Amino acid sequence: MYDAVSLGELDLVALWGEPGSVHVAVRQATDGAIFTYLCPDGSYPSLGQRHAPAIRLERALRDLVGLDPKGLPDARPWLDHDQWGVRSPLGAIKPAETAPPYCFLPVEGEGLHEIPVGPVHAGVIEPGHFRFTVNGETIVRLEQRLGYAHKGTASLMAGAPMDVAARLCGRISGDSTVAYAYAFALAVEAATRTPAPERALWLRALMAELERLANHLGDIGAICNDASFSILHAHTGVLREQVLRASDAAFGHRLMMDRIVPGGVSQEMDEGGRKAIAGMVGRVRKVFPDLVEIYDETNSLQDRMVGTGIVRPEWVQRFAAGGIVGRAAGRSFDARHWAGYAPYDRLPFEAPVFTEGDVNARVWVRIREVEQSLALIDRLLAEAPAGAVRGEFDPAAFSGGPEGAALVESFRGDVFLWVRLGPEGRLAACHFRDPSWFQWPLLEAAVEGNIVADFPLCNKSFNCAYSGHDG
Amino acid sequence: MMASLLIKGLLRPLTESGPGADPVASEELARLAAQLGQAARRRLGRSLSIRQIDAGSCNACELEINALGNSYYDLERFGLRFVASPRHADVLLVTGPVTKNMREALERTYQATPNPKWVVAAGDCAVGCGMFSESYACVGGVSKVVPVDVRIPGCPPSPTQLLAGLLSLMEVSAGKRP
Repeated sequence: MYDAVSLGELDLVALWGEPGSVHVAVRQATDGAIFTYLCPDGSYPSLGQRHAPAIRLERALRDLVGLDPKGLPDARPWLDHDQWGVRSPLGAIKPAETAPPYCFLPVEGEGLHEIPVGPVHAGVIEPGHFRFTVNGETIVRLEQRLGYAHKGTASLMAGAPMDVAARLCGRISGDSTVAYAYAFALAVEAATRTPAPERALWLRALMAELERLANHLGDIGAICNDASFSILHAHTGVLREQVLRASDAAFGHRLMMDRIVPGGVSQEMDEGGRKAIAGMVGRVRKVFPDLVEIYDETNSLQDRMVGTGIVRPEWVQRFAAGGIVGRAAGRSFDARHWAGYAPYDRLPFEAPVFTEGDVNARVWVRIREVEQSLALIDRLLAEAPAGAVRGEFDPAAFSGGPEGAALVESFRGDVFLWVRLGPEGRLAACHFRDPSWFQWPLLEAAVEGNIVADFPLCNKSFNCAYSGHDG
Repeated sequence: MMASLLIKGLLRPLTESGPGADPVASEELARLAAQLGQAARRRLGRSLSIRQIDAGSCNACELEINALGNSYYDLERFGLRFVASPRHADVLLVTGPVTKNMREALERTYQATPNPKWVVAAGDCAVGCGMFSESYACVGGVSKVVPVDVRIPGCPPSPTQLLAGLLSLMEVSAGKRP
């Protein structure tokens, strides 16, 4: 399996563990699998030493569970900043001994200097640290340090009652709360083999497309704003607000938190809500093409976007980078197609693919996906069947620790989620892998040779998750 | 195209006529705007600079704080604005359950902010009643690290609730003026 992953025959989906075992999820064109390596002695052969995308996953696994990846070239911690007071909080918990200070990778050369940025950033954004090494204006190397938003979410979910676990899952990354709750519900329903009622499936997809629409509209404007082109930011901000208000009218929460639950959805959409969404779709459709035209025809803006922050196709293949980052560099993977979860198996839509891999391509993927989501919302509103939105679902009725997994396409890319049920309707264990795990490392590569002033553009066009990544 | 968009924006500003806006929320916003305007002028000369700190939130609070800047809420008309450095700030607007990995950064940002200063804890996690307070990785609320003047609960608080909270800050700040 390691051979197949390192040769690119299998995509690495996730790597996680519990005391005594390591799990590796992989996929290929039509199906996927989870391999388990039993390691009672607490160590396992490192995949990262042969396949770079696994390195951060193995560093995180060592921090959280204490399993040692034999042969991993990077001995540094990743999520553990030596502040928790304990080691391996998801494994055999030990008091923290003194740790050596964290060292960034050494950079040597004439005329180089470092710019440290964060964890508190200049804008209203999440915490993370960027260590730039620059030569004049040009970035020679970027090294990220993440983990500042680590909340121990997986440890809180383990052992929690199902409804509490679902609420926690909806707070792994607020901008993807629908996608995470969606993945959680699908994973639990896969474990218990109890599908949600038909109408709930359609309402879930409707919420997922509303979330995608809101995020893409916000991001398109925010990327332009980082090139000081604020008119598009202002107008997409208006459209985004209209999406949030329509979502609130239909589902009672602007971000639709806690609306998708195992067994269905927690809130029915009434006729007023349906009309609010339909009206919003009409308004966005009316305004958006003008904004796209301005984006495409403003030379000063295009000058900043085109050719900036290039991600090469071979990188996204190697890292199995999903979402916008992948589809802007020739990798067409979209979990809605691959996993084919209902109702997407019945809805025609395209996953737009560009090959340039630059900031401009990542904007265009979003533009095309806005159009696709609007069309999908039309269909979902028109064709959602009537009926119950929540089935009979009692998590306490399932014994024997059934397991389930799901892959759901968030606006950012594919969210992987695995669960094991425990006694008395509680969750025994859970693992979630944000799409950012395979996108953040490519940002380091993409900014090399760019000027420092273009970093915000590159970073925003990736829009990787901090909280989603840090857990 | 751009010219027509600009002219349309000037002739029909969304901030006052918010299409599709909930009339109750709009009224409240108008009332808030009037009150906040007076209080801010009286105490701070119509200018209050806010430095936002994400101390480990899930980013939902950031989404709604960012929404304060859109044309519907237009935060800056109240004299409230976000600044890039704590050295320029009157107010620290803090979100998140304060992860242990962020505690030192929050403390240092607080120390870097000149007096007089106020701290607003925004969102259930920052207020201390969020879902993460029992975690090994979280301190469990902003007031456990720095003194808090105003609390804005909500998961996440809506832009209108955030504005209401900043108004109450204006009242709190009266007693702290040097």
